[in-house]
Amino acid sequence: MLRHAEPVMGTVFSVVVRDPGPGTAAALDRIVERLHRIDAVFSTYRPDSDISRLDRGELALADCDPDVPAVLAACREVATETDGWFTERPGGRLDPSGWVKGWAVEEAAALLRSSGARQYCVSGGGDVQTGGGPWRIGVADPGRPGLLTAVLAGHGLAVATSGTAERGAHVLDPHTGRPALGFASLTLVGAPGTGIARTDAWATAAFAMGPDRALAWVARRPGVEALAVLPDGSKRWTPGLPGHLPAAGPADWRSAVR
Amino acid sequence: MRRAVVTSAATAAGVVLLLSLKPHEAAGPVPVIGSGAGSGAASGSEAPEPSNTSASPAPSASAAPAGAARKVGGDTVNTRYGPVQVQVTLTGSRITAVDVLKYPASERRDREINTTALPLLNQEAISAQSAAIDVVSGATYTSDGYIRSLQSALDRAKG
Repeated sequence: MLRHAEPVMGTVFSVVVRDPGPGTAAALDRIVERLHRIDAVFSTYRPDSDISRLDRGELALADCDPDVPAVLAACREVATETDGWFTERPGGRLDPSGWVKGWAVEEAAALLRSSGARQYCVSGGGDVQTGGGPWRIGVADPGRPGLLTAVLAGHGLAVATSGTAERGAHVLDPHTGRPALGFASLTLVGAPGTGIARTDAWATAAFAMGPDRALAWVARRPGVEALAVLPDGSKRWTPGLPGHLPAAGPADWRSAVR
Repeated sequence: MRRAVVTSAATAAGVVLLLSLKPHEAAGPVPVIGSGAGSGAASGSEAPEPSNTSASPAPSASAAPAGAARKVGGDTVNTRYGPVQVQVTLTGSRITAVDVLKYPASERRDREINTTALPLLNQEAISAQSAAIDVVSGATYTSDGYIRSLQSALDRAKG
């Protein structure tokens, strides 16, 4: 078992590899380097990042890091998929963070995979991509810090949660520009084939939609399920979500409780 | 499949249980059961020893000291899905296991339970330690927030 936690992109990325091999340490070095490079190019907090300079008109898209046009194209795809509920310009300023963080997690996972690892788990500030498994993924309780509201389990899952608990009401409704307040938290679970970049961006879009529209929208999409915690603490979920609960269910707590 | 079905039935039943379970021994407060414990018309009964042998050792009845595991059975309750009976194992005031003694057999109805009743006990607040999790998904924390996060505890614990 190999573990690493890396502060980057305003949060902390955590990496776990259950089957480390001769290439794992080098892969970890490349991951750390890659994450800091992504931060340098895409950070909206750094005035000298490509994204900041592009937004101010000081840098042409063609002169940006090649990841920039690729990321902006992905953002537009997600905007189309979500009927405009996702935007790379929340609040008017160029800010593709809604795609970038999940994508960075996916990039880290890809580097692990290419190093030969098959049993790994990468979290970028609470957005999770697993490979192999089973992995047990706790979903933070938005109302009670330090506790979980559910446990998910499976192989190769991507799990993204949007919520107001950590950074306040920061997801804006792209249609009104006002903060979205319909959820305490919204967790999307991407089945294998739906990576964390897309799962995370969809979670941001669905958060802005509000509960009724979001759950209906997710339920129509193959390969993704949703678990919503509403501001009053009640929960709603899509029909396929229980398929991601641990096979043994609550009774398997026994094994850890003793 | 049967296992998963049992799980979802168990958790649908968990809600019912909270309303109908009245510990037979009634020796002391059982906070986990909550306010519904004493209000139901049903009376509980000591459940038979389950076939499941992985349960906590030496369950005892009414005189169990705090910290020892004890099992409490609920009455059979007719839900809209059919008759359900569950048994909980309590360690102190915490539910540490739920066993289903009786659950609806119809597959269609089981599916219905699956799609309409996410295991409510899975939703109850769970500590990371007791849930044996590998990672936490939650609203993105800041670098400072990480220090207080469950993920940070996991990274430290298994580092």
